[in-house]
Formats: sequence, structure tokens, C-alpha cells
Amino acid sequence: MTSLAETPLGRAVAVHAVDGARAFRRRLLEMGLVPGTTVRVVTIAPLGDPLRIEVRGGQWSIRRAEAAQIQVAPR
Amino acid sequence: MTQASCHGDRSRPGALHDPIPTRPQLVLAGNPNVGKTTLFNALTGSSAKVSNYPGITVEVASGALTLPGGRIADLRDLPGTYSVNARSAEEQIALDALIGLDGAPVPDAVVVCIDATQVARAAYLLLQCQELGARCVVALTMVDEAGAAAPDPHALAGALGCEVVAVTARTGKGLDELRAAIDRALRAERRAVWHWQPGRALRARIDAVTAALPTAWCTATRHGAAVPGADDALALWALTCIEPRTGDPDDDELKVPDALRAAVVAEPAPRDDEAVLARWAWLDTEIPPLVSRPPDRTLTRRIDRVLLHRAAGFAAFLAVMSVLFMSLFWWAQPVIDAIDELFKWCGLELQGVLGAGIFTDFLRQGVIGGVGTVLKFLPQILLLFLFLGFLEDCGYLARVAYLMDRIMRSMNLHGRAFVPMLSGFACAVPALMATRTMERRRDRILTMMVVPLMTCSARLPVYTLVIGALIPGSLWIKSLLMVGMYLFSVVTALIAAWVLSRTFKPLKAKRLPFVIELPPYRWPRPGDVVRMMWSKSSMFLREAGTVILACSIALWALLYFPRHVPDGTPDYDALVERAPSDGARDSLRAEKRAILLENSYGGRLGHAIEPAIKPLGFDWKIGVGIIGAFAAREVFVSTLGIVYAVGDEADEQSEPLRQALRDERDSHGARAYTPLVGISLMIFFALACQCMSTLAVVRRETASLRWPVFLFGYMGVLAWVTSFCVFQLGRLLGLG
Repeated sequence: MTSLAETPLGRAVAVHAVDGARAFRRRLLEMGLVPGTTVRVVTIAPLGDPLRIEVRGGQWSIRRAEAAQIQVAPR
Repeated sequence: MTQASCHGDRSRPGALHDPIPTRPQLVLAGNPNVGKTTLFNALTGSSAKVSNYPGITVEVASGALTLPGGRIADLRDLPGTYSVNARSAEEQIALDALIGLDGAPVPDAVVVCIDATQVARAAYLLLQCQELGARCVVALTMVDEAGAAAPDPHALAGALGCEVVAVTARTGKGLDELRAAIDRALRAERRAVWHWQPGRALRARIDAVTAALPTAWCTATRHGAAVPGADDALALWALTCIEPRTGDPDDDELKVPDALRAAVVAEPAPRDDEAVLARWAWLDTEIPPLVSRPPDRTLTRRIDRVLLHRAAGFAAFLAVMSVLFMSLFWWAQPVIDAIDELFKWCGLELQGVLGAGIFTDFLRQGVIGGVGTVLKFLPQILLLFLFLGFLEDCGYLARVAYLMDRIMRSMNLHGRAFVPMLSGFACAVPALMATRTMERRRDRILTMMVVPLMTCSARLPVYTLVIGALIPGSLWIKSLLMVGMYLFSVVTALIAAWVLSRTFKPLKAKRLPFVIELPPYRWPRPGDVVRMMWSKSSMFLREAGTVILACSIALWALLYFPRHVPDGTPDYDALVERAPSDGARDSLRAEKRAILLENSYGGRLGHAIEPAIKPLGFDWKIGVGIIGAFAAREVFVSTLGIVYAVGDEADEQSEPLRQALRDERDSHGARAYTPLVGISLMIFFALACQCMSTLAVVRRETASLRWPVFLFGYMGVLAWVTSFCVFQLGRLLGLG
């Protein structure tokens, strides 16, 4: 099991679990990052952080440290 | 604290709510970036008004909507939110307004915007509204953008269990059907719709908390009759959002009754996953069959490939920001100058009509001058919001936060704080107003506390005068010093953000996730942009402009009255009569004005504060200048022009004024304004928040007196201490 922060660019993976503080976890779950959802890191910002991810057809900016809290599994 | 609960007291049905209101109350809810504002504008037309929620800095737009049959309803636009599970003040507003808590009127129906390109995510919010017993109508937006990927409204309505109307706000298509659907919803019975069922353990927790809900929150009170299931939804919300008390008064915890908090905290954690997962499980089963294929995002991908590219993206970013910066700095200037000229002309005309006298001076210098001061901010405000509206609506502003987050975050600032801080180079007033593009209050306030440190264009005349008059050396050295002042302001602003966010409790970073949506690129609607420019400008004139006007009149009076000259002063009026030439007459008049100013209340105040500013190298004349500069920093120059009797038309390039500053002697006959005094003065101007307009706007934007007072205090102390250190150290090193 790896985290989203370690996922190579462009590879589609499935969310396994979201760790971290309660408010953070709830926010991500409510945005639709529930276990089983396909997620993909599209690009990294020019300064190395944050990451741009694609979830459910939408794009999000998420910091590396936050992406590290998202456990993912290969699809 | 004991609170009557839902089960304990059902004897007051309808106490707070009239079941048939004269004007139905509607709210418009939805995720950010789903075309909510466009729909709101289309529904309410010109009746919309933007105002603040009382006590907090969240704006709400409200307007009137005509229902079929001519009935008028009030529609309020809620802040964009992904969920009603509040953590921040902004999100709690959405909840309060949705169910009518905390003084908000109980909405009779809720219009939920669902983006046809993001149905499942947008429908999540709808599910929560349905559980809470709101009468929901769905407005399906972005249908044209979704194209063939848009779900069929009828099929979607069947799945969601409420009316769905596809609207295209741009063309007005579907608006009438939406009005009709709202009208039908208003006549329908209230019921809570749950698309999932809580498990046994969660059920027991919900029941326990429902029993502890305060009476005022229960549907029986709010709607006059109990709505089965709706109180349970409120209990579920409480279980999800209420945290144990931290005991920290600055922590913006939810305002809930103690009994309810105790009931929630008594339940074992974790308390929230099940509901979220169950809603998503339902959405993931029901929605995908209705959406045949994902929307076409090729264009957005192509643009992002350039605009978010490591090198090209940064270059594009710099180009966009340069245009924004230059427009504020140069394009606005001719208009500002024209306004200035116009008001000067008005003043002169007035003097021609009324003749000289105190009342004329009051109208000309106090009132007309003050109105001019206020209106001179408008060109930059309009330009900045033209840019911001365009960048926000097309989707680029979210990407600015993405690109700049790494830098801004190291100072605990939001990525979006970049634009306000850049605008601060032009003027703090529009820059402070631009902090609205950040969702969280804490991010906004921290940005507002550092924006006034940026070198605004009003500081330039002061620096130009000081450098030109007092700093020796070649043009190169002088230019370098000017560049140095800019760098100095950036560095101090960033350091201040870092220090404030680490030491000052309300500005500390909360561990909220920084997850921002990067919406697809869209063409902004000119109507929406113009509307925002209009609402920002009118709000500025109404709420900050009046304060600024009052302050400038007060400041004028301070530097004008009591018009008393000390004994032994020559009779200037008689001297002017006898003067041999126009030049002599002008210089006599200027001398008279200098004496009047020195003996005005402001002049005496300048003398009074001399002991406080002496350690910085300043005398009372600079003190008067600093007092005058409170109207606007560049007024420092013209005030000194009066003090030195070279006339108030003196600008920063004026050679007589520069010479007068060089010739000034102290009591020992030595040069009063050495280059070291010049440096000290520039540092003081760089750091002190001596700008009443800035303070008026901060008061308006934070809806409190505490923040402008804090800003004035911390910048004043910073300015005094830094100037003191520089001047005293310089003297020790023999530079004085």
C-alpha cells in the first residue's frame, strides 16, 4: 500500500483509505474521495508542491503532505 | 445550562415561523464553480443587493424573484459549499441559512444548483438538504457545457426524488420552468428524504442526540409541525460536526448549546464515516447510469498543459500578473489625475461663486477635497475587480493559488493572497477588498494585516521628495535606494505574515485541508463581472467612503482651525495689499498660511508629539506632515509645502521645497534633515499605517474595530522602533 504522494504521475489508482485529522478526512470523503474511487496525479506545481489530482472528472490541488494521508492501491 | 429538547417540549408549534409567509424565503445553495452566481443574477435581475452577514466577513447577496402568478419571493445566495457539515464560519452560514438557525429566516424552499458536468458531487449537498427536510428544487446548470454528457432532467428527478429543471442562465432558458417548480415546491408538504438508512449503532446515537436537540432547532418549532426524519438529520449533523470544547476562546468552535455538545461528546468516536460513505454509495449506484459519459475536458487539459507547465506556466503567470500590476499602476493614473483636476476645478469655481471665507474653505478643502479622496480610489477598485472577476470566473485564480502555494504557504499565507499583495503595490484599498477571493476568514485577515506594508503608490511621492532632497550621490544610488524601499516592503510584509501567524492566536493556521478545486476553464460572463465591479464599488462608497469622507473633513478642521495668529505677527493682509509684485504677494500669502498651519490644532499637535518623534530624527514640521499624511500619504508633500511657505501646490519634484528641506537648521545651526533623517523618515513611512482609508476599509472588511486598531497599533510600533534603531544606530556610527 502506498500513499497518493508517492504515486507516479499519470497512473490511475484507487483510494483505499483516508487518514489524518477528523475534519480533513471528512472533507476529502465528502468531496468524493471515498474508498474505491479512482484518482490520478496529473501534474506537480512548478515549485514541487502542491499536486494536481483528478477525481471523478474534476481537478483538485492538494498539498503533498495531505496526499501522503491518502492510502491508495493499484487498480 | 439546561435546554428544553424536542421531545421535552412540543407545546409551541409555529412560535418562530409563520406557515404562510407573505414573502416566501428562498435560498440558493450549491458547490463553488457551478454557475450559482450567474443563476442568481439571472433570477433576481437588478434587485440584488450584496451585504455582510452581521458580525462576520461573509458576503451574502439577496434579491427578489417573481414567481408565477406575480408572487414575490426573497432569494439569498449562499456561499458555495460542498457540504453542510460546517467547520469554518463560512460553512456554518450555509447550514444556518438552509435550516433557519441562528437568526436566519427559515427558508421555505431551497434551490440546489447541480453542475451537469459533476452531478454526483453536486448532488451530495442535495442529499444533505433533503435529509434536513428542506423543500428542494434542483437547477441543473452547465447543461450546454456538458453537452451530450448531461443527464436527462426527468431521469435525474426520478432518482433524486425532487424536481429538476435544466437552466441556461446565459440565454434565460429554463428560468420560467424553474420559477414554476419553485412555486410548486412551496405548496408541497415538507418531508425529509433519506436515500440511505443508518445502521443499528448509528441509529442509537442519532436517537440519543435527537433527544438533546434544543427546542428552537426542532422542526416542530421551526416549521410549526414535526417533520419526521429531519430532526434526525440535524442530530447526525451534530454528531459529525460538534467537537469537545477545547477551552480556547479564540478557537472558532460551533455555537451550539452546552447540553447538545455534552450529548454528542458522550457518544463514542468515530461518529461520522458511515453517513458520508452511505451517501456516496447511493450516489455511485444511482448517478452513473444517468450520465452516459464524462464531459469533454480536452480544452481545459490543453490550456493547463501550457498554463500549469513548469516553465511556460510560470512565464504565463508572470505575464498575467505584470499586466494586472501595470494596469493598476499606470492605466488608472490618468483617470485618478483627471478626478483630482476635476475636484480642484470644482473647488476653484466654488470659490469664485462664494468668495473667500471659512465656509468656502470648508466646502472646497474639506468636503470637495474629501469626496475627491474617496472617488480617487474608484479607478483602481474597478480595474482590480475587472481583472479579478475575469480571472476568477475563467478559472485562473484557483490556479494562481496552485502555482503560488509553495511560496505563500511558507509564510502561512493562502496561495490566493498573492494577488492582493501584488495589488498592494498600487494601493492598499482595492488590495484589501480583493482578499474576498479567499474563503477563510483567518486567511483573509492575515492577508489584510500585511497588505498595507507593501509600497503603495501614495508612498512614492514621499520617497521621491526625500531621496531627491536629502540623499546625496548619483542618480544610480538614488534609484537603487528606491528599489531598496520596494524590496524592504516585500520582505517586511512576508516576515510580518510569518511572525503574526505564529504569535497571534486568531491568525494561527488551522489544520484545515488545503484542497482547492481547479475548475474547468470557462468564458466569464461580462454581466457577472460588471455586476461584481458595481457591487464592490458601491459597497466601498457606501460603507468605507463615508468614513473616509468624515475623517478627511475632521483632518481638514484639525489643520485649519482655530485660524488664530500669535501676537506680533505682521498683518499679512495689509502687506499683501502693498506688495509690489505678484510674486511678492504669493510669497506673503504662503507665509501667512504657514503661520496659520503652525498655530492650527494640527500644528500644535505636531509640536506636542515632537518629543516622541525626536528620537527618530524628526522635528515638529515633519510631525505636522505626518498628521496631514493621515488623509493620504502623498499629502505629506503638500503639507510640508505649506509649512515651508512654498505653497500647497508644491509636489515631490518641487525644487523650492527640496531646497527648503536642505536649508532647514536645527537649534544648533546644524543641518536638521541629514541623509540619515531621510532614511529614518522613509522607513517610518514604509512601516506606519498612517492611512485612514486603509483603516476604514479594514474596519469594513473585517466588520470589527479590533482589527483596524490592531493594524494601526502593530504597524505604528514597528515603524517607531525600526526608525528609532536606524536613526540612533546611524548616529552612533557617525552617519548623522
